[in-house]
Amino acid sequence: MTAGNGTVQWLHDRYADMRRIRRFEDITYTLFRRGTLDGTAHMAAGQEAVAVGARAALGADDYVFSTYRCHHHVIAAGAPMDRCFAELLQRRTGLCGGKGGSMHLTSVEHGVMGSYAIVGSQLPIACGAAWSAHIRGTGGVAVAFFGDGATNIGAFHEALNLAAVWRLPAVFVCENNLYAEFTAIATSINVEHPAYDRAPAYGMPAAIVDGNDVEAVHEAVATAVGRARDGDGPTLLEAKTYRRYGHSRIDPADYRPDEEEETWFARDPLTVTRRRLDELGVEASRVDETDERVGREVDEALETAMQAPEPEVGDAFADVYAEGGAGWRS
Amino acid sequence: MAVTMAQALNTALHDAMEADDRVVVYGEDVGMLGGVFRITDKLQERFGATRCFDTPLAESGIVGTAIGMAMYGYRPVVEMQFDGFTYPAFEQITSHLAKMRNRSRGTVTLPVVVRIPCGGGIGAVEHHSESPESYFTSTAGLRIVAPGVPGDAYALLRRAIESADPVVFLEPKRRYWAKEDLDLPIETAPIGRALVRRPGRTATLVTYGSMVRTCLEAAEAAQQEGWDLEVVDLRTLVPLDTDTVVDSVARTGRALVVHEAQVFAGFGAEVAARVGERAFYHLEAPVLRVGAYDIPYPPAKLEHYHLPDVDRVLDAVEQSLEY
Ligand SMILES: Cc1ncc(C[n+]2csc(CCOP(=O)(O)OP(=O)(O)O)c2C)c(N)n1
Ligand SMILES: [Mg+2]
Repeated sequence: MTAGNGTVQWLHDRYADMRRIRRFEDITYTLFRRGTLDGTAHMAAGQEAVAVGARAALGADDYVFSTYRCHHHVIAAGAPMDRCFAELLQRRTGLCGGKGGSMHLTSVEHGVMGSYAIVGSQLPIACGAAWSAHIRGTGGVAVAFFGDGATNIGAFHEALNLAAVWRLPAVFVCENNLYAEFTAIATSINVEHPAYDRAPAYGMPAAIVDGNDVEAVHEAVATAVGRARDGDGPTLLEAKTYRRYGHSRIDPADYRPDEEEETWFARDPLTVTRRRLDELGVEASRVDETDERVGREVDEALETAMQAPEPEVGDAFADVYAEGGAGWRS
Repeated sequence: MAVTMAQALNTALHDAMEADDRVVVYGEDVGMLGGVFRITDKLQERFGATRCFDTPLAESGIVGTAIGMAMYGYRPVVEMQFDGFTYPAFEQITSHLAKMRNRSRGTVTLPVVVRIPCGGGIGAVEHHSESPESYFTSTAGLRIVAPGVPGDAYALLRRAIESADPVVFLEPKRRYWAKEDLDLPIETAPIGRALVRRPGRTATLVTYGSMVRTCLEAAEAAQQEGWDLEVVDLRTLVPLDTDTVVDSVARTGRALVVHEAQVFAGFGAEVAARVGERAFYHLEAPVLRVGAYDIPYPPAKLEHYHLPDVDRVLDAVEQSLEY
């Protein structure tokens, strides 16, 4: 057992982290339905245990690289939720000043080095960060999250090979939620496990983990991070999980069979953890209190974000170049 | 001392690595071999395999890792072996390298240099003779540097490596072996400044990269016709020094943009439009463009028809004068 894990309080705290993300996602979905939010969003509800379990295994010198489905990772990293909401609402106080939106949440101070909306791109970038940690000897580890669909794009394979051959301190975590948009992953690969089954080709150790069990995720990531810190190179983890919502806000996920949804929803990470807390003797009323407390936090964060100022035209021209503006091009 | 552009680039990398140990140089065959054009010759020997190294064959991986390294204080200089091999990395360059700074409200700055040996003229067929500049000039967030002479190759590469912004550095490979008399290190005008390479009164040739030399040769040959051509070397395409171009055109009244890339939707169109917007009343003739044809790069036996040369430049000058 790694530090902190195994205690009841630790698990209760992780439950709170997951509940916070779930609340954030449920509200986000509602805001879209009401037309308060423009653009799109990819809800991570259902996949909270991957983000929260992994994050608990990381330290201040580690880096996280995410995808357009990034809310859970950024919130798990501790980024202020009002600034997350503000980003979705395109406010100036947003994590990216409103320029990134739902798909690009980034918080350097929390080690979240970007969320990338071109599938697979973050994997080679994470390799570069891992290389830097390795050469500087910081002991830091770069963790890249990606979906099952991402295992079919070139960047995935380039990055895995690079990381393996350079023995980089990197952990690759595939959140296998069975679908790439509307396409079942099973119909687009000829192996059973999209990530795990590919690892041998790169000579990389790999494991399959129950992505809806926060303790299991934590343990698997902690082991992989330990290996990376010890100079033993990268690991590929495949977390089996499922999304509560469709691919993005407009998708009702009609293509998913009912029995499949029922099976997975019964294994929702919050349900799983609640049951575990119950087994460990935590009273249901205490868990309900956590739900309420966290719910209030998220609601307040939304209130704050709604009051935040909208961007000004000049903001669009700022930060394009470090030296000189971008205005001259226009 | 006679210095080739290849030597100037090699010395620039050497001096940059010596001046700043955050500078790392890598790419395919860059370390042990010293690059297929030997631009990184002996750098691994001198600085070790942590500072100059070979990579797997993976261009998106090469640029992607450079982004990750730059996030943590390194100054990666990566080589794309040939222009056409940049396209597998196009996504990393345009979607992430160019945009992270904007997207992270200035908290992530990426001082990466992507060196691209580009252009034709060496009998190297398609994928090995491309002029990709306008793909990159239309992407905000990148600086595009295009030296035409050895002194600039040295000085602009040093400045590019020092730049806080990502730079696409276009090296005219057919001029790698062209010589210039100079002593290195050398300072030249900064990134973002065009230079009048040859003053003249009859017409302005606006050019960059491999065509700087072609235009200077054309200007020499034009004297026989009694034409005194001014040659403006842009040196950097982004930022573009429109003022120097407009000042020149205001003096000569005629402008021709000369580049190796295809004319259609090429960078010359941007220059021509700017001259039209800012020097309209000075113009005695429309701005003309001299460049390659709008076809895939042809076989080696045909490339001398495809690429602009002294005659094509002079024909265009004549056309401008007859207008
Ligand atoms: C290179 C690229 N191709 C296509 C898309 C459109 N797209 C966005 S998400 C997605 C599915 C990705 O599925 P997966 O990797 O399993 O991640 P998930 O959405 O399930 O988290 C697709 C095809 C994209 N963003 N980038
Ligand atoms: Mg998926």
